[in-house]
Amino acid sequence: MNLHEFQAKGLFSRYDIPIPRGQVADTPALAGRVAGELGGRRWVVKAQVHAGGRGKAGGIAIVDNIEQVEAEAGRLLGSRLVTRQSGPDGLPVERVLVEVPTGIARELYLGALVDREARQVAFMASAAGGMEIEEVAAESPERILVTRVHPAVGLQPWQARRLGFGLGLPGEQVRSLAGLMDGLYRLFVDLDASLAEINPLVVTDGGELIALDAKVNLDDNALFRHPDLHALRDPSQEDALEAEARAHDLSYISLDGNIGCMVNGAGLAMATMDLVKLHGGEPANFLDVGGGTTAARVAEAFKLILSDPKVKAVLINIFGGIVRCDLIAEGIIHAVQEVHVGVPVVVRLEGTNATQGLAMLAASTLPIETAASLREAADRVVSAARGQG
Amino acid sequence: MTVLVDKGTRVLCQGFTGRQGTFHSEQAIAYGTNLVGGVTPGKGGETHLGRPVFDTVHRAVGATGADATMIYVPAAFAADAILEAADAGIRVIVCITEGIPVLDMLRVRAALEGSGSILIGPNCPGIITPGECKIGIMPGGIHSPGRVGIVSRSGTLTYEAVFQTTNAGLGQSTCIGIGGDPIHGLDFVACLALFEQDPETDGVVLVGEIGGAEEEAAAAFIREHMTKPVVAYIAGVTAPSGKRMGHAGAIITGGRGTAEGKYAALDQAGVVTVRSPAEMGPRMADLLAT
Repeated sequence: MNLHEFQAKGLFSRYDIPIPRGQVADTPALAGRVAGELGGRRWVVKAQVHAGGRGKAGGIAIVDNIEQVEAEAGRLLGSRLVTRQSGPDGLPVERVLVEVPTGIARELYLGALVDREARQVAFMASAAGGMEIEEVAAESPERILVTRVHPAVGLQPWQARRLGFGLGLPGEQVRSLAGLMDGLYRLFVDLDASLAEINPLVVTDGGELIALDAKVNLDDNALFRHPDLHALRDPSQEDALEAEARAHDLSYISLDGNIGCMVNGAGLAMATMDLVKLHGGEPANFLDVGGGTTAARVAEAFKLILSDPKVKAVLINIFGGIVRCDLIAEGIIHAVQEVHVGVPVVVRLEGTNATQGLAMLAASTLPIETAASLREAADRVVSAARGQG
Repeated sequence: MTVLVDKGTRVLCQGFTGRQGTFHSEQAIAYGTNLVGGVTPGKGGETHLGRPVFDTVHRAVGATGADATMIYVPAAFAADAILEAADAGIRVIVCITEGIPVLDMLRVRAALEGSGSILIGPNCPGIITPGECKIGIMPGGIHSPGRVGIVSRSGTLTYEAVFQTTNAGLGQSTCIGIGGDPIHGLDFVACLALFEQDPETDGVVLVGEIGGAEEEAAAAFIREHMTKPVVAYIAGVTAPSGKRMGHAGAIITGGRGTAEGKYAALDQAGVVTVRSPAEMGPRMADLLAT
């Protein structure tokens, strides 16, 4: 689960990580009032969306009177912000964060994530603050300093010294960095984060360290032990179909092609997409219907696939292991009738009772074609999609 | 001899009396697995499926001599169940449970260092030595005893490889599902090493997918150490970057973990790679026929 900047900064302040003074607002009038309460003569207005690259996309404004705060908030609120990470349709701006500006002497990068190869939480730091860390990693990996934390021991002071002196910070600032890293590590472990990133981490004119931006992703699998964090989910920032799928316990990712795929198992679902491509077609989606493939689940899956108007044909690829294929065939027939599927459907069933299942499908008067092998299924669905062109 | 489990393996089930534990224990018993009992805290002393139920793994091991366990407890309690099994001295711990928090697995892996226990999974179909011992959720009927070792990060895609090698008349020595989570137990390299040493195994089908770098590590190991033929298939050539494809571990981040990158590493190591999942069995049959 991804969080907004203002939510991540709220968590930062709980863990003693310094952030600029500020407050979130969902109307221009409130933004103006927040600016007045913050005081001073300049303010930063930042669009809150789940995507990086907001500055270049016009999502961040620095203004020097309250009217402009309201005007910028009015421009951003209710719009969709298109950044290099948001996708072509952009993401809706429902809130802005109004902050006091920070005098910047240096911009650094600090991040913590789970290093799956080392099986430890890794801290990464770089003097190239403000740049995307993936870019830095690709172009000049020597500019990234890494230290990994043993889970039994926790973060140690030497690790902050190693990164801090490595970044060329003076002793006083290395001490600040140590405190900040300690907070970030406690946040990471306490809240089951999968990523916690400060980019840029700023050294101010006065020599203080402050988190100018904040990005925190939480491990969905651990949300059961953080009931208070559930409320931080913002469905407006998520793909509507993917959220709908999750509500039905289906795993769905939309793609650009025109062949809908319905498969049991994540690996086989990916393999089915690849197979469609290999046979000259383009998959419209990834969809894992899971192990217990019932008529109700198949019907929900059809609704999801067909809500994408690009879909010209559907390939169902089920390996019936413990679930019997004749039951799956029954479910498919029910679902095709119930949902009024108007595009050709090609079904490949394999495993327990596959012959009976295929015979049932072949005997139905519905627009269902059956295939005896993976290859045949892929060929048939690709030509069916072309026929619908 | 086969890999890790055989008909002599004495198997426990943790989460024995739950719905999943009950169903898959029944299936395991029907397959001929030597299931010696199960653990459900608070139900010790009862009998379930004709087997004794224990309150703790330690008591179960003491009474039955179990040396393997299959874990079907909910995700919130799975890390605890793995650690309990390890402390009780279980040699092969198979964790089927999906959805365990990543930081739990990170601590479990650190705690298992040097313990002598082997963890398979989590979020995996399990391990089977056809005709001898089935520990997991795989459909027993598609397997047949034979010559090919199968190791995979995916469930149903493993069944494809099994089905194809069965149809090709090759059969399987042992099939290991290592799981779809980013942090898990036994990895590709460890499984390849076991298959290389196993006299019953003549070749290996490796089924990988996007995310992480285990296929790349496998490629390096195969080049240096494998004498038996390996056929590899990688799922996710068409998967978009930055999207989690069902499995928690199946994600391309920052351009790393792509299927193309994994294919390139395997090709360079001289592994026989197939681009279609339909080719895994037929290609293995070609290699073993020569």
